[in-house]
Amino acid sequence: MPRQRQTLPNFAAFFDLAKSKVLAVQEFTLLGLRAFRNVFGRPRYLADTLIQMDVIGVGSLPIIVLTGFFTGAVLALQTSKTLQTFGEVTLTGQVVALSLVRELGPVLTALMVAGRNASGMASEIGSMLVSEQIDAMRALGTDPSKKLVTPRLVATVSMLPLLTIISDFVGVTGGFMVSFFIIRMDPVQYWTTAYQSLHFEDVFQGMIKPFIFGYIVAMVGCYFGLTTRGGTQGVGRSTTQAVVAASVLILTTDFFITKLLLALLG
Amino acid sequence: MTEARPDQTVLEFEHVYLVLDDKPVLRDVSFRLVRAETKVILGASSSGKSVLLKTALGLFRPDSGRVAVFGRDITGLREEELYPIRQRIGMVFQEGALFDSMTVYGNVAYVFQEDRALPAEEEEERVRRALRFVGLEEAIEKLPSELSGGMRRRVAIARAFVGQPALMLYDSPTAGLDPLTAQSIITLIVKLGDLEDVSGLVVTHRLQDAGVIADYFYDPESEGLLPAHSNGRDYDTKTSVLVLREGQVVFDGARDEMFRARDAYIRRFIG
Repeated sequence: MPRQRQTLPNFAAFFDLAKSKVLAVQEFTLLGLRAFRNVFGRPRYLADTLIQMDVIGVGSLPIIVLTGFFTGAVLALQTSKTLQTFGEVTLTGQVVALSLVRELGPVLTALMVAGRNASGMASEIGSMLVSEQIDAMRALGTDPSKKLVTPRLVATVSMLPLLTIISDFVGVTGGFMVSFFIIRMDPVQYWTTAYQSLHFEDVFQGMIKPFIFGYIVAMVGCYFGLTTRGGTQGVGRSTTQAVVAASVLILTTDFFITKLLLALLG
Repeated sequence: MTEARPDQTVLEFEHVYLVLDDKPVLRDVSFRLVRAETKVILGASSSGKSVLLKTALGLFRPDSGRVAVFGRDITGLREEELYPIRQRIGMVFQEGALFDSMTVYGNVAYVFQEDRALPAEEEEERVRRALRFVGLEEAIEKLPSELSGGMRRRVAIARAFVGQPALMLYDSPTAGLDPLTAQSIITLIVKLGDLEDVSGLVVTHRLQDAGVIADYFYDPESEGLLPAHSNGRDYDTKTSVLVLREGQVVFDGARDEMFRARDAYIRRFIG
């Protein structure tokens, strides 16, 4: 029967695709577990970790400062306009601080670092893979997960929270600039409402996320680098896939963390 | 093929099968390499030559069969258990596979950065000696991007043998090089085998490479290669040839026997 002949290959193709996706999740998880376990084992590549901290932390600082500042500024512009309708412009500082610390600071910082560093990790490791440098490393007695993945994981997980703090502060400052120079708000009022609106659970929520996002950025970048196939074209593909996957995972995970933390902390 | 006692066996493949991406790459591969022997692996592109080398190094795990290195079965070993064995093997990858962010010194000294740390002076002496051996001591501070293809291959050879391995694996060491540079690389391979008594597996698709390795030996006085069988000299180059066809061994023996073989693939290969 022609219909049956048509259906069977389609089903086989779907089954193969599903199998490959499940395998990818399994490999990603195992790589993550191995990289995490390596943190407590030897050898420790301290020099590599410090280099990655410099690349990820110091290297990302300019874009984090810029995006943080203008996010805070535009947030102040937009919210003051809305709050004006209700005669509550004085709450601008509160809205800017809460939005940035709880949500926008961690997410935008993670997205910026993903765009800059997950792609960098995927292309660097991918290039090493296609030029057989990873095989050479293994041949010379080095575990690539210890030498390449764990330093990037440690560096991203430790740098992202610091970058988020900077982004939050610069963002609130951006909001202040707009409030003071454009909306003509009293500076003391802005800073007082911004400061007083922040409670432990807001800061906790905003600071727990960068650790999880840092793990996602590093692991996705390294995973796509280590699974690169097909020469230089494959490196380009891995780089794009790493940025897309890391961004989607950050936004998806953010929803579930927020839901969980709201349920736990209120 | 060289006859030897089993305790002299450096590398042994026994009925090795390997499938990569649903495609059989090695099919029932069996051979033995003994101490100080050099085996040239010939075959067309995609015949499984490079995969065979990586399997010998434990970078690929056979689906069935057994691989023994220095008398130890490595087939079921975990990655960490393979590292001490790999430290006794030197591998020269196709295109060199040098770490492009490190200088020549960093690449050659890399092996000492792991478990085999040496005092700084001794490390530098070993690195310089290895670079002198391949004639590149003056390039010690250069980056791989500043080197020519032939120089990169020579640095890769220095990096592979600086740890004084008992077995050297060469993956197409002359591929993409001009004839003169290719000749200098083959001279280095013969020199390393003759002077350091290192066993070697040399993957190539160039028949003339096998000819030079089988018919010449390194003469330290003239610092060049001399014919093994001329002027009443009969030097045993301890060289054998293995021919692979689509992952299967179609010939394993002395080079002269290969020229007498009647297999159509071998006849076509040797022209």
